[in-house]
Amino acid sequence: MALMQIRDLNKSFGGVHATAHVNLEVTEGEVHAIIGPNGAGKTTLISQLSGELLPDSGEILFAGRNITKLPMHARSHMGLARSFQITSVFQDMTMLENVALAIQAHQGHSFRFWKPSAKDASLTGPAMEYLAQVGLEDKANSIANAVSHGEHRQLEIAMALATEPKLLLLDEPMAGMGQEESSRMVEILGKLKGSKTMLLIEHDMDAVFALADRISVLVYGAIIATDTPDAIRSNEEVKRAYLGEEAA
Amino acid sequence: MDASLVITQLLNGMQLGVLLFLVCAGLTLVFGIMDFINLAHGSFYMIGAYVCGTVTALTDSFLIGVLLGIPLTLAVGYLTELTVIRRLYQRDHLDHVLATFGLILIFDTGVHLIWGAGGMAIPLPGWLDSQIRPAENIVIPTYRVAIILVGLAVAAGLYYVVTKTRIGMLIRAGASNRTMVEALGIDIKKLFTLVFAAGAAIAGLAGMMISPITEASIGMGNEIIIIALVVIIIGGVGSIKGAFIGALIVGLIDTLGRSYLDQFLKLFISAENAETAAPAISAMLVYILMAIVLAVRPQGLFPPKVR
Amino acid sequence: MNGSPNMSSRPNPILSAPRWLQIGIVVMALLAVAPPIIAALDQAFWLDVFTRMLILAIAAASLNLILGFGGMVSFGHAAFLGIGAYCVGIPAYYDVYGGFLHIGFAVFFSALYALITGAISLRTKGVHFIMITMAFGQMMFFGFVSLEEYGGDDGLIIYERSNFNGLIDLYDDTTFYYVCLISLAVVLFIINRLVNSRFGMVVKGAKSNERRMGALGHPTYRYRLTAYVVSGAICGYAGALLGNFTEFISPEMMDWTRSGELIFMVVLGGTATIFGPVYGVLAFLVIEEVLSSITTYWHLIFGLLLVLVVLFVRGGIAGLLRGWFSRKKGAV
Repeated sequence: MALMQIRDLNKSFGGVHATAHVNLEVTEGEVHAIIGPNGAGKTTLISQLSGELLPDSGEILFAGRNITKLPMHARSHMGLARSFQITSVFQDMTMLENVALAIQAHQGHSFRFWKPSAKDASLTGPAMEYLAQVGLEDKANSIANAVSHGEHRQLEIAMALATEPKLLLLDEPMAGMGQEESSRMVEILGKLKGSKTMLLIEHDMDAVFALADRISVLVYGAIIATDTPDAIRSNEEVKRAYLGEEAA
Repeated sequence: MDASLVITQLLNGMQLGVLLFLVCAGLTLVFGIMDFINLAHGSFYMIGAYVCGTVTALTDSFLIGVLLGIPLTLAVGYLTELTVIRRLYQRDHLDHVLATFGLILIFDTGVHLIWGAGGMAIPLPGWLDSQIRPAENIVIPTYRVAIILVGLAVAAGLYYVVTKTRIGMLIRAGASNRTMVEALGIDIKKLFTLVFAAGAAIAGLAGMMISPITEASIGMGNEIIIIALVVIIIGGVGSIKGAFIGALIVGLIDTLGRSYLDQFLKLFISAENAETAAPAISAMLVYILMAIVLAVRPQGLFPPKVR
Repeated sequence: MNGSPNMSSRPNPILSAPRWLQIGIVVMALLAVAPPIIAALDQAFWLDVFTRMLILAIAAASLNLILGFGGMVSFGHAAFLGIGAYCVGIPAYYDVYGGFLHIGFAVFFSALYALITGAISLRTKGVHFIMITMAFGQMMFFGFVSLEEYGGDDGLIIYERSNFNGLIDLYDDTTFYYVCLISLAVVLFIINRLVNSRFGMVVKGAKSNERRMGALGHPTYRYRLTAYVVSGAICGYAGALLGNFTEFISPEMMDWTRSGELIFMVVLGGTATIFGPVYGVLAFLVIEEVLSSITTYWHLIFGLLLVLVVLFVRGGIAGLLRGWFSRKKGAV
């Protein structure tokens, strides 16, 4: 069953056709990776999916509903969660508070003025669980701007998970990570495989081939191929598009 | 309606509009290019007036007062940028606002120290202090026309510089994409200093031109800065064209509103109520206009194109 | 903290409170005992200074709620002080002196003004927001200037203070002082609860990373508007106190330069802290008093101070205090 359907999506900036007639389907339960050379328009695409950018034309369907023009927070409530390529967390708050905010967003309204949220077990309990899921339980009370880059990326995932999404949009989760940190991230995402549907944008080919069920290749805003990892690995057009960049 | 009065008010509106434009030009550019909000911009308006006044008194010539006043005000702007402003570009807007607020206090007190608390009257030279009579009962002060002409000339000059010269291209580029300009290898610091100082000088010119009519005073900077902000919000921050059109609109609406709002209201409500409400509403008119523009088009009427 | 085995297991609340709270309580306690000390030293003038300080601290605290915690730099906050004051002045003009009515009006009209201007202003952000709040504040200024009936530019004198039917006598300077002090304590308590609640987290989150808040599913506009209205209402209350205190109400109270002073007080004291506004106003007024007794041109030094504080002092007084007394990052 297709959880997300992208139909003929287009977006241009001035003369640049950043998203060109993109057609894509994400099946429920799969890990679908999007790869492509730099400048292919991956972040533009994901921004349209998450609601930050409005496409010029085309449709985005999620769980059967047309979400093309739906604002960001509404998409989140429908079950779409996004992690950011450049870490976008609450730097001045603790790791626990970061995740708690994510949980709070999906627990009804926030017009609660009296009880300190730090003492609210319905927030702190689940927040600790999600931190544990990404291996950050020891850092729960650390201020977010005091932890390492890799831990930031893990926090990004924890916050996305905390909104209990049906679909995770992961924008280069491995960005800027060293070998060891990347392996840990692959492990974390690997554990989610099957229970969470993921649309994963990545450059790190080891991670992509370890995790993906299907891969779509984005070049100059257009999808040139969608297939299984092995098929993509041996696809001539894909190899050409990377102009010698290793595709395996 | 008395034709002569209408024409006078229209000209008054244009005069106010043109002067506002001179004040706003620098403000909006500094805003658009350096993303810097300078509340002390009104102070340059004030300093221009006082400096011109002193030079006029010393040389007995208003013309020399203006011609020397402009570079002197430019110098003040330049020094201000050098010592304080440039350290703040990377800071957030709250810091800009507080620091320039502090500058206002410094400039205001500085003027008080040098020129005293009272205002400074600047006499209009004879050759400007006459009237033009285009028709039987229409009398227009020559000076008013002079102000409008000078203002339009500066506007035209700015337009030429911004659209037809290399510096202008850099300014326009900088307004929408600072990183690109830096990538081109242009010394962005010099560009910033130039824009800031030039803006100060032009604002000073406006102050010089208005003071024979209204007297130079310490509060004049604080009064003008708010209207200037309203103008650039309406016109679109960072846009010279927006500042020009916004300034004219504000100048005309404010002037005509004050003169004719009570008559306009009398069409709808009782004369007595109109007379009480009109002054209050006309005082708030430009702000109401700003609110409407914001509701309909939050980026202003003519925002600069972004990237 | 005795180690006696008979003590209850709950830790002593005062001794184990976070440092910032301890310091704040000490300062409030000092303020509580100030009147008798001032009376003993026969320096009645200082009672006036401190009363004004308390009222402005309430206003500054309300501004800190949205500016410090919420990142909304309102440059028109003095308008609320003015509205609150006129809500005492205008009824007084018509010989209506009921205190609860005055306060009711002050809070209601401030909240209403906050709702309307906030709804428009909060659709913008950053500098635009600053300029728009400034413009709205000035709009109120000019609006009241042109209300000739209520004094216009010359202002309005009130001949009687708010009447609370014998419950509280506002004419007694000391009573008035304690009304202001207790009001401040209550306001600080309310704000403390607000900023730590779920509501407060959303407001703080929106300041920290608005984009992420949206991505997580928080519709931040409605919460920021609510914070803005609450802030306005509290400041309106302060305005009512101010009107009673000065017994002279004028549009000058709403001038944008007064808003600027309020912002300076908040920043000086340390944004996003509970007691910062108190420290900031205290410092501001003391500096003002000291400087103005030295020279008529004290505004120059003041301006210089402001520029220097912005350039070199981060975190304000509260930050300094926190740094001196403890190495841990503050609780709030």
